Amino acid sequence: MSAQGEAAHLPLQHETSPELGLPKDNRILGLWIFLAGECAFFASLIGGYLGLHLGVAHGPTGAQVFDLPLTTVATLVLLSSSLTVVLGVAAMQRRDVRAMQIWLWLTALLGIFFLEFQGFEFYTFYHEGLTLQTSAFGSAFFTLTGFHGLHVAFGVFWILLLLFQSLKHGINEDRTTKVFVMSLYWHFVDVVWVVIFTLVYLAGKVG
Amino acid sequence: MAAITERVAIAHAEGRTYHGIWAWLATVDHKKIGIMYIYAALFFMAFGGAEALLVRIQLWQPNNHFVSAETFNQLFTMHGVTMIFLVAMPILIGYINAIVPLQIGARDVAFPRMNALSLWLFVLGGLFLYSSWFMGGAPDAGWFNYVPLSGAHYSPGAGVDFYDIGLQITGIGTLMTAINFLVTILNMRAPGMRLLRMPMFTWSALITMLLILFAFPPITVNLILQMMDRLFHANFFNIPLGGNALLWQNLFWIFGHPEVYIVILPAFGIISEIIPAFSRKPLFGYESMALALSVIAFLSFMVWTHHMFADGLGAVVNSIFAITSMLIAVPTGIKIFNWLATLWGGQIRFTTANLYALSFIPLFVIGGISGVMLAMAPADLQYNDSYFVVAHFHYVLFGGTLMGALAGLYYWFPRIWGRLLDERLGRLNFWLVFIGFNVTFFPMHLLGLEGMPRRISTYAAGNGWTTPNQIATVGAFILLIGMLILLYNLIVTFRRKPDLVQDPWDARSLEWSIPSPTPEYNFAQLPLIEDRDAYWVAKRQGRTALEPAEPPGPIHMPSPSLTPFFLALTIVVAGYAALLHVDWLALLAMLAAFWQVGAQLVHEDPGYHVHPEAPAGGAAE
Repeated sequence: MSAQGEAAHLPLQHETSPELGLPKDNRILGLWIFLAGECAFFASLIGGYLGLHLGVAHGPTGAQVFDLPLTTVATLVLLSSSLTVVLGVAAMQRRDVRAMQIWLWLTALLGIFFLEFQGFEFYTFYHEGLTLQTSAFGSAFFTLTGFHGLHVAFGVFWILLLLFQSLKHGINEDRTTKVFVMSLYWHFVDVVWVVIFTLVYLAGKVG
Repeated sequence: MAAITERVAIAHAEGRTYHGIWAWLATVDHKKIGIMYIYAALFFMAFGGAEALLVRIQLWQPNNHFVSAETFNQLFTMHGVTMIFLVAMPILIGYINAIVPLQIGARDVAFPRMNALSLWLFVLGGLFLYSSWFMGGAPDAGWFNYVPLSGAHYSPGAGVDFYDIGLQITGIGTLMTAINFLVTILNMRAPGMRLLRMPMFTWSALITMLLILFAFPPITVNLILQMMDRLFHANFFNIPLGGNALLWQNLFWIFGHPEVYIVILPAFGIISEIIPAFSRKPLFGYESMALALSVIAFLSFMVWTHHMFADGLGAVVNSIFAITSMLIAVPTGIKIFNWLATLWGGQIRFTTANLYALSFIPLFVIGGISGVMLAMAPADLQYNDSYFVVAHFHYVLFGGTLMGALAGLYYWFPRIWGRLLDERLGRLNFWLVFIGFNVTFFPMHLLGLEGMPRRISTYAAGNGWTTPNQIATVGAFILLIGMLILLYNLIVTFRRKPDLVQDPWDARSLEWSIPSPTPEYNFAQLPLIEDRDAYWVAKRQGRTALEPAEPPGPIHMPSPSLTPFFLALTIVVAGYAALLHVDWLALLAMLAAFWQVGAQLVHEDPGYHVHPEAPAGGAAE
């Protein structure tokens, strides 16, 4: 890549401010703050789900429809994408742009793979009689997991944009921050899925 | 509005220049964005005020038929929604935009384009809400829009859809403002401006933004859930299919109670600037003021169920929330006593700004005391849903927030618009508003105690409600005259030549340390801050300016951009399409919005450089 030279000064650690120890880069701090708001967003959705998940009316219950082996595989796929994005950022910090691009490709592919699992799951549930309109449980389930899926889809879109930018224009210090910020978002989306998997699927199967 | 065009600097972009109205649509300058927030808030205030007047005319006499019951419901709902979301928050966010970067010694906010997006989402989202009047009727289920009243069964029209979608649009903008100003205040303070040297208004902005960050996601989720119910026939609030009506109330008030602090804390901040400036004394108990703000913010998330005392959640729940609610009186009391102690022994000047600030204290105390009365759960069952509640929240939101906002308008007018508002008209404006306010809202305490329920479109003769209602309506017209005097004051002031006085009040904080009009780069050299009230200290030491923290040099500025405006417009188009069930257009507009967001994620703005020695406007790089 022509940008290999520019990449000579890519920071391994982002600077923090002396007074508060917060990231000095506005975009990194801004993304952390955004994620705090996202925590409140998903907490409200998950809280709503927990309040409504027994309201199944005449429709199926969670224990009846959840397919744990399938969702476990989907979970493993999504969680491995956190590993690949870490390896991508590490490669970027080693100034190995080529490896970074490969890891980002893989991350995006794992994200798409997860979304396919989710699409398949939604399709199956629909045929088993669980839709948005069936019951409060159905509404809460599809809205919560649907919003998580939208977050994954937006993350894939974001990764692809940065990937194409780096393929076309190489990488520089500004773009490394953009990739780093995206990786924080991606980890968050994965962490939320851990909570959803535990509280919706695992707890739903036993209770 | 010749004044607006006067201040339009020619805006440079990557090889592009915007003029006239386009310069305003494309601006990313926090000062102009602040001005537009304030104008838009005043614009919506006229509508919210007109709705209130129509309500007061309808309640002038028993069995009145001035407006129908249906219209009455729309009027009080839109009055509440307007005053909270389109007036109180935006006017305060306007001051925060215009003043906070100056107070901390910053050249701009952290994310200037996102700041413009916040503005346009508010403006266009507000217009979207108001278009409901012409598209089948405005929201009519009250500003807290309880289910099942607001559900598809009892509210089949589009009004509640306008509420759900309109508030999502403005809400996203508000959330972005929170992220923007948290980063700005935490990361962009001038050298030496430690947290405990920041002016109290900046402190209040910091804490308010934290409240927005955690309060707006729950309401966004609530609006999404109701939108799913109403547009896609989901069952979140449909009880026969397992839904739960209390979910709405919980999520609404988890937002709703912090929201009242979102609109009062910046007013606290304004008062904490004005009282020291016009007492010529430092703010008494500075650290305790900052601590009180933080404690209020923390407690504000612990009290939401006091809005639900009448739900029958049980004695234990009610007692816990009664106690946490009353606890808030402690930090608030600290603030009141600190303001009084600041005044004690000061050389007080009774300018209009200070009159408004001083009136804030007794009015807010009245509202606070009726608040403690409402916080007593057993007694609340008597006050609940009566005019006593209406009296209470008008004393805190009008007597508190709006008095604070008007104090801020008179105080910061010379900084924001380069000219002083007329003081004689100002005093007339103040006294009419002060008297009109009390004549309107004090009788409502008595009406409530006599049992008049809120939100009734008319009442029977002979239960003693007529006279207090008539007094309140007279008061509302005194208020109208007072606000028209303010409008007249604005018009004559804008017709005058700008005075361009840098520091008319001999004030204390950094925004007064720079020339008037404020240069587009704010500070030619960032100041070095060595004290709290550093500008005041410098003036007392006979210096006219603060020590610079950096050598003079070219200043990098962000390019203006039309993207925020068009992105907001795209989102509003998606809103209309979803509401009118044109699903393909809604999907297309959402995809277009995501595409524009994506373009911003990879955008690289070279910006341009301004040379402070050169005439304002600068040269493109």
